[in-house]
Parts: sequence; structure tokens; C-alpha cells
Amino acid sequence: MKNKRTELKVSAIRNGTVIDHIPSEVVYQVFGILNLDQTNSQVYLGTNLDSKKLGKKGIIKISDKFFKDEEISKIALVAPNATLIEINDYDVTKKGNVHLPENVDKIVKCINPKCVTNNQNVPTSFKVTEDHKGNMKLFCKYCEKTMAKDNIEFN
Amino acid sequence: MINLKGRSLVSITDYSKEEILRILDIAEEFEDNQRQNILNGYVIGSLFFEPSTRTRLSFESAVQYLGGSIIGFASPDVSSVTKGESLKDTILTVSNYSDLIVMRNPLDGSARYASEVSPVPILNAGDGANQHPTQCLLDLYSIRKTQGTLDNIHIAMVGDLKYGRTVHSLVQALSLFGATFHFVSPDSLKMPSSVKTWVKNANLEYHQYTDFMDVMPIADILYMTRIQGERFPDPLEYEKVKNAYILENSMLENTKDNLKVLHPLPRVNELNEDVDDNPKAYYFQQAKNGVYVRQALIAAILGLK
Repeated sequence: MKNKRTELKVSAIRNGTVIDHIPSEVVYQVFGILNLDQTNSQVYLGTNLDSKKLGKKGIIKISDKFFKDEEISKIALVAPNATLIEINDYDVTKKGNVHLPENVDKIVKCINPKCVTNNQNVPTSFKVTEDHKGNMKLFCKYCEKTMAKDNIEFN
Repeated sequence: MINLKGRSLVSITDYSKEEILRILDIAEEFEDNQRQNILNGYVIGSLFFEPSTRTRLSFESAVQYLGGSIIGFASPDVSSVTKGESLKDTILTVSNYSDLIVMRNPLDGSARYASEVSPVPILNAGDGANQHPTQCLLDLYSIRKTQGTLDNIHIAMVGDLKYGRTVHSLVQALSLFGATFHFVSPDSLKMPSSVKTWVKNANLEYHQYTDFMDVMPIADILYMTRIQGERFPDPLEYEKVKNAYILENSMLENTKDNLKVLHPLPRVNELNEDVDDNPKAYYFQQAKNGVYVRQALIAAILGLK
């Protein structure tokens, strides 16, 4: 007798990128910040999948798309433990964790309405830091305000 | 040899402990000999996009005691800002006409941005609620002058510790010298956690109080602040706390002999006028020290000291 299948199989992609180990609660946010609602490529999105590491996880597979450093920084800001896998002709050609950069430039909006970056034509620039509890924070190079992860809004 | 030539001053943390001490030493020289004609032929740009009495006039006074010239505006109403000119364009224009720019601007971070686009050094005279480093240096000068040292003093900071930029910078600077901090404020105006983290990271102590009198016997410096109505998002909140701490002369009776009362000024009602004649009142001398410190900064940044 055949073994009963215990997991959902999602089609493999020929060329493109798999973003794995996304916490389920941010999978739609990752989808949004990468503007995947506007792509013409095939996109598979899975959420609440079983994961040994996270309990529940999300996964996004995008055909014919390879992300630039700036886009990988965005993923790292909302899903710092995600894995990025690049596929070429069905083979994994690159696999690794996303990394938080030391600085986040241009892509995030400063939370302070009086910051010069919200009032003049000045691109934002943040230093990635941690508070004493180890929570990731962004420190605005200009207004010197510190912003928590929950307040991150992308430009 | 410490050389500050060409260096902008945007935030007090831009300068090391040694650089801060160097500025204070030069300021001391100017206190002994204020009129020195070393700025002859130099032009200082002074851009005040926001009102100021002490900071603007003491910068102007500093330049004139040094024999330099000053150009600029005391209010944006008389500049091309009213025509919608960007900060970048204003800075690039004025940098063509001057050797150094002193700027106050209501936008947080405007001074850092100006220092990035300007070919001449920028001296931040206050960027919104963010930094006011020349105030911080004159506070340090006043503390050293009255206590003989900056090391290990007990400083009580009173009033608006949440929005008051001068107290935030002063905590950062005094952390280099091993102070003990006593923070007195209403619950709604407590010192922000980012500033307290700064103290912790420097392995120093801070204590928080709501009762003013608790700190009177222990403080070397009583740093009073104005509760700034203009920084409150909610006017009702301001009404609740505006009279929280008012210092009266009689309250200084059981204080240390070396205690001095400092205030960045302007005051509203938090310092009763009967304190003014007490020898422990130091705030007008403190404002005077601002001229020496600003002379020192201009001279050091232009490479003349």
C-alpha cells in the first residue's frame, strides 16, 4: 500500500527564487514590500505550513526573479531569519540566510514627522542597532530617533 | 595635537572627550582675554530659521569680539525660504559667501543634512527637538568652572526631561566623565528610555524622582528646565504639568555649599525671581559663558586656535 502523503507539494520552479522560513504572520507583508502583486511572473505563496524551526512558516516562490541587495534588505527587516534559495534550471545555485545590513538607506520612511527626510528631498538613512533586550531598532542618521520594528514603513 | 579645523559640530557625540576638553580650554583663554582680532577678514553665515535670543546674539557677539563679520537672517521671513527655496539650495548659496555657517532650523536632522551638502563647516545652533550642542558645551563649561572638575559630579535635572533636548545632550556628554544622574520630572515627562540606556551603557547610575526636594541635599548641580508648551502634541497635557516644579529661594537652604543652579533659559515661572540674588544662582553667568564657548568653537573650526 502506498504511503499516504503528509505534506502539500508545491510545484518546483525552474528558474527563480524561493524565500523560505518566513514567519507566517509576516508572509503577506513580505509579499507586499516586494511588490509581488504587480509582477507578471508565477508566484506561489504558502502560509501556516508546518515547520520544525518555526512551528508555522510561510514560503514564497517566484519564477524568473532574482532579488537585488536592496530588496533582500527589506526582507531581512521584516523576516530576519528567512532563507533565500536561488534556482537555475531546477538546481539550487545559491542558498543562505538573509542578512540584516549595517545600514538601511532610502527604503524605509522615518517615523518622525519633523525629521528633515520627511520635509525636504533627503533620502533616509538608518543604522541597524539593538536595544538592551536584543530587539532590532533603526536609528535615523538625521533626526537621531530610534524606531522599533513594528513602526517600519517602506518608501 | 587636537585639530578641529574644518569639522562641523552637529551633535555633541561628534566630539570625543579630548575634543570637548580642548574647546573648554580655548573658551577659558577667551574668558581671560575676550577681544582678539583673529577673525579679521572672515565672514560667518548665520541662518536662523527659528527665533532665538541667546544663541543668535551670543554667536554674533562671539564673532564681533573676534573681529569677524557676520551675514545672514534672524527669521526665514526675510529670505528666499518664503519663495520655497530648499534647505540644500540655501546652504549651497550661503556657503559661497561665508567661511562657516551657524544654523538653527526647526527640522530634526536638518543640521546633519546641511553638514553633508555644505562645502564649509556647519555649527548646529539647534535642529528642532534634536540637538543643541553649543548649549551643551556651555553647560559643561559652566559645570567645570563652578565645580572645578567635570568628573563624578551629582547632577539633578528637573522638569521636562522628555522633550528637553539640552538635558539629553548633557547626559550624553557627562557620561564621558562619570556623573551620577538624578532625574526629577512628572511621570508624563520622564527621561526617555534611549537616554537611560545611554547611562546604563556607560556603567553609570541614575535615579528618578517626582519630588523635587529629594534631590536638594545631594546635588552639585541643579539643572532646571522650562516645560516647553510648544513641544506638547496635546495642550491639555501641558496645562497639567506646566507648574509642576517651581524653584524658590527658600528651597535652597539645605543644599550643598558648592551647589549651582543652571538653566538654559528662557525661563517662564520655574525659577522664581527671588532665586536670582542667591549666590547659588548661576544661569545668567551660564548664558555669558556661551559667548566664550562659541568664540572657542569658531576659532577652532576655522583653524585659528
